[in-house]
Amino acid sequence: MSKIIELKNVNKWFDKFQALKDINLEVNQQEKIVICGPSGSGKSTLIRCINRLEEHQDGQIIVDGKEISENTKDLEKIRAEVGMVFQQFNLFPHLSILDNCTLAPIWVKKMPKKDAEELAMKNLERVQIADQAKKFPGQLSGGQQQRSALARALCMEPKIMLFDEPTSALDPEMIKEVLDAMVDLAKAGMTMIVVTHEMGFAKEVADNMIFMDEGKIIEKAKTKEFFENPKSDRTKLFLSQIL
Amino acid sequence: MNLSILKSDKKNLNSFIAAGSALIFIGFIDIILSSFFSTNITAFLPNKISYLTPLLFGLFGLYLIRIEFSGNKLLDKVNTNFNSSNFNALLTLLVIFALIKYIPPLLNWFVFDANFAGNTKEDCTSGGACWVFVKVWLNRFVYGLYPDTEQWRINTAFLTLFLLVGASFFVPQKFKKYIIIFLLFVYPIIGLKLISGGDFGLKYVETGAWGGLSLTFIVSAFALILCFPIGTILALGRRSKLPAIRYTSIGFIELWRGVPLITVLFMSAVMFPMFLPDGTYVDKLIRVLIAITLFEAAYMAEVVRGGLQALPKGQYEAAKSLGMGYWKMHFLIILPQALKLVIPGIANTFLALVKDTPLIFVVGLLELAGMVNLAKTNPKWLGMAMEGYVFAGLVFWVICYVMSRYSQNLEKKLKTER
Repeated sequence: MSKIIELKNVNKWFDKFQALKDINLEVNQQEKIVICGPSGSGKSTLIRCINRLEEHQDGQIIVDGKEISENTKDLEKIRAEVGMVFQQFNLFPHLSILDNCTLAPIWVKKMPKKDAEELAMKNLERVQIADQAKKFPGQLSGGQQQRSALARALCMEPKIMLFDEPTSALDPEMIKEVLDAMVDLAKAGMTMIVVTHEMGFAKEVADNMIFMDEGKIIEKAKTKEFFENPKSDRTKLFLSQIL
Repeated sequence: MNLSILKSDKKNLNSFIAAGSALIFIGFIDIILSSFFSTNITAFLPNKISYLTPLLFGLFGLYLIRIEFSGNKLLDKVNTNFNSSNFNALLTLLVIFALIKYIPPLLNWFVFDANFAGNTKEDCTSGGACWVFVKVWLNRFVYGLYPDTEQWRINTAFLTLFLLVGASFFVPQKFKKYIIIFLLFVYPIIGLKLISGGDFGLKYVETGAWGGLSLTFIVSAFALILCFPIGTILALGRRSKLPAIRYTSIGFIELWRGVPLITVLFMSAVMFPMFLPDGTYVDKLIRVLIAITLFEAAYMAEVVRGGLQALPKGQYEAAKSLGMGYWKMHFLIILPQALKLVIPGIANTFLALVKDTPLIFVVGLLELAGMVNLAKTNPKWLGMAMEGYVFAGLVFWVICYVMSRYSQNLEKKLKTER
């Protein structure tokens, strides 16, 4: 399996506050990584750097063979290959669910409208929400909105999917429907980096676990080892608190 | 006196209603008699008290009928809506009395005592409004000094415009796009050519002769269509990450917002030609249009910027994460939402623009209000300012009200949140 994302000595500052400290990370194709850690530990910042929603100041980030920096000309092309699901869904409220899904394929990938709609319906079916296609985001429940957001990202046929706490803003009974959709996606072989506190999901899906604190990767390990035999005391403490 | 013994209960409900209604009735009779028949039934009282008697009668009457849960639906409705406390009863009475006192004289002036027949000032004899003035000058109020024989050109231009706009509401979605593009980019040129003439065997009519309501429409329409995109670009520019673009936008907006429109128009007429090379001439109307457009664009920019700032950051991030560049993100995601948010503000700016058009008189262009101004100084029609300005005011009000209603409909139509 080949490397698709590579981070080398990445540092990031928000003014004087250092959010990321010497991050080194390699992600192979089809690998599933779950990142956990206390709030403010830099997990979200880390994955937002991968599609440059945040800029890193030092080090290298290479996605699918292309380095991301301020000189990157075809940043849009790289972003089109990296799907992202947000904590707050961020659906476009002025468009129907179907239009949310077809907009980027039509305008960014120049796909004919008919093909884009077919693709959108396929993905909406995949997250079991095809019957809501004509509705507007404001008319759906949180879980349905998040699944729509997942479908929207999938319509760009990305090589990598990033999840930024996808279930944190949901009511408990809706978390499962979103996680189920994500498990399906993982089984289909998508490369995934997921920031989440859903440890049940992590155990089921993740190949590797990462624990972050204070902008550093404290521990990276195979999932089984991470839960059964964590090395760092900080990880042990964290796991004892959330499990 | 302890008023609490005057409080009713279910038993003597009817007598209270009767007494209260009688008092209110006397109050109304009093005010009506004193306003219209100059008889004061309470003249025996001292002057100041007699002036207030209708109010006192009414207040006491309303106090008596203020019965909670009386069981009478009409009475309960009156009490909750107009008579819930002594203060509200007072306000209710004051408003009704003011209407009784001032509406009839106004109606008399407008309609019943007004003069409609005749052709000269001398035909106005009855003391009300002299609408003869408006009737005689109507042609000028609408067409300005445009030659009578050529007025069909203005009619044709506006009729076509209204037909096209009307058609755009009824044709299927597929053609609507083309009609709107035609209306925005092609029709203004055709319309202007038709009105100004000079080619195709049409007599040339210089812009100095344009005027009246048709000029109001022409100036407003062009300024509206042009200031909107310019304002939007300026709003985006002010939020740009590139310092050159940002500071240019800020400078432009603050410069134009800080200057009164009348000075801008004056500069466009007097100063602007000095900067042009010798021999070039830009028509007065075009200079004015540019001035108004840029002036209103600065206001529009700030309105649109308000909308841009109201959007959550997540919308930008979602658009970026789907691979959209700056322009696609703004035209597909950000602007549709931001503009929808600020429809009330945009309508506000548009209304202000329409009502600013009379200021073009400083460069000698006379639209509706300007023509009224001209007509009232005509020696044969001196003293007609009131009629003229009331007419101009009504016309402006109708235009603005239509625009305001349209913006409210648009808001409702575009609403997608639950």
